[in-house]
Amino acid sequence: MAIGQAERAELDGAALRADFPVFERLTASGHRLAYLDSASSSQKPRAVIEAIADAYAHHYANVHRGIYELSVDADARYEGARRAVARFIGAPSSREIVFVRNATEALNLVAYSWGRTNLAAGDLILSTEMEHHANLVPWQQLAEATGARLEYVRLTDDGRLDLDDLRERLARGPRLVALSHVSNALGTINPVGEIGRMAHDAGAIVVLDAAQSVPHMPVNVAELGVDLAALSGHKMLGPSGIGALWGRRELLDAMPPFLTGGSMITRVTLEGAEWNEVPWKFEAGTPAIAEAAGLSAAVDYLEALGMERVRAHERRLFERAWSALGEIRGVRLLGPDSPDEHAGVISFVVEAIHPHDVATIVDQHGVAVRAGHHCAQPVMLRYDLPATTRASFSVYNDLDDVERLADAIRAAQRVFGTA
Amino acid sequence: MDNLYRDFILEHYRQPHNKGVLDPHDLHFADSNPTCGDEMSMTLVLDDSKQRVVDVAFDGRGCAISQASASILTDELRGLTLDDLRGIDPKDVVENLGVPIGPARLKCALLSYKVLQGALIGVAAVWPEEADVLTGASEGGSAP
Repeated sequence: MAIGQAERAELDGAALRADFPVFERLTASGHRLAYLDSASSSQKPRAVIEAIADAYAHHYANVHRGIYELSVDADARYEGARRAVARFIGAPSSREIVFVRNATEALNLVAYSWGRTNLAAGDLILSTEMEHHANLVPWQQLAEATGARLEYVRLTDDGRLDLDDLRERLARGPRLVALSHVSNALGTINPVGEIGRMAHDAGAIVVLDAAQSVPHMPVNVAELGVDLAALSGHKMLGPSGIGALWGRRELLDAMPPFLTGGSMITRVTLEGAEWNEVPWKFEAGTPAIAEAAGLSAAVDYLEALGMERVRAHERRLFERAWSALGEIRGVRLLGPDSPDEHAGVISFVVEAIHPHDVATIVDQHGVAVRAGHHCAQPVMLRYDLPATTRASFSVYNDLDDVERLADAIRAAQRVFGTA
Repeated sequence: MDNLYRDFILEHYRQPHNKGVLDPHDLHFADSNPTCGDEMSMTLVLDDSKQRVVDVAFDGRGCAISQASASILTDELRGLTLDDLRGIDPKDVVENLGVPIGPARLKCALLSYKVLQGALIGVAAVWPEEADVLTGASEGGSAP
């Protein structure tokens, strides 16, 4: 019988930790680190760290410029990284991948370049109440600069986008719809394909913040039917300082540059300049060369694991954590309770204990979680919470991490006398 | 490490001193901790000379550290002059908590100090430099 993807074994988080040097160190409290903050930033496998060192040690020169052998080598590797990212997210062409610093920069690029060219006073921009500040503040700034109106799709009590509310707002003819694939604050997986079709029928382009989905599940931007998508390298086992914007070629071709300067031009006189082709039109100045090598290695690592298996692994962890945390008296879980609609990100509050105090006490047990508003203050307002504690999973987590989190929450309740 | 949550801190958290809003008041200010979004306000009543604190209260929800810090700090303020308030060393505010405060929780410990300083100048005060508050006196400091 042929061994297909379906027959491959489940991922073993504990075994995969051997690939990540950070787990070799114990915490100050003497525990093995249970790292549950991958939604903020992921840890790096040795392959990524070595690819960065190798790029500097053996393949380093500036890209797009040199005639000499070393520069041609560096250039080939940089463009190879672009092809790897394109393949990974199902982009029809690597020419549609623009390297940027992170998803935040990608979204700002769209807001400045597409937004300030295409929007006028009175036009409607549609975002959602669920967004990370990175997919919210650029649209606020765009609305302020152009006189466009900005509306937000409401959330249901269980952390889903309210699709009836979306329909009503789409009927008002927005020019652009900006939404996240997975909410970093709630873990909700949005039905992007369906929303994209509805938005296109209404005449809008769709901008997807894919920073929280690309590292954790198969994502194919062409099949999703969106127009532009943003991702960050550092959340997908890659280095910080590099991310990508994907956009449909005709959209990118029609957009003016965002940052200007070297290498994004074909010809410059004292009177003016002509822009390079996409994607280089959007890559002014020397880019993150070694980081591109690291990102390429991260893509290779994730592809070798298989994104279907990554998703299945994190789904198992979610299901166990959802029930283990839900069993603790005084713990309130946020977001959809269906594992089909909830990624490996669990936001919760513990009655009578502030999220900061929860995070400090679980840290004393070697469990790293996030506490705060997760750069999504409107989400906190929506649910009348000052902040939440958030646990998020990646490939190197296992069920033991989940048990330790649950135990540490009970320990916090004992400290505060609320157990 | 668990001694961050000594009974002393938890007692202030559960039953904070000087919690609420004074109305009327002479000074009022609200500020927030950017990492968690917690907001804290402070109201002060001054004597007839408008130079000395007669009463003080703080309000807002927050973590055990920020609530205990505000509870302990406000206990110290009655009878002090505005100049005394300006001269409070943020390092003392942290030390008065009597528990080990690290960089991760420093803003929690100093939010009450920041709100108080804001009340004196009418705009948001800047956060004290971490190095001035957490290291030895030899580092020097910006506090008077």
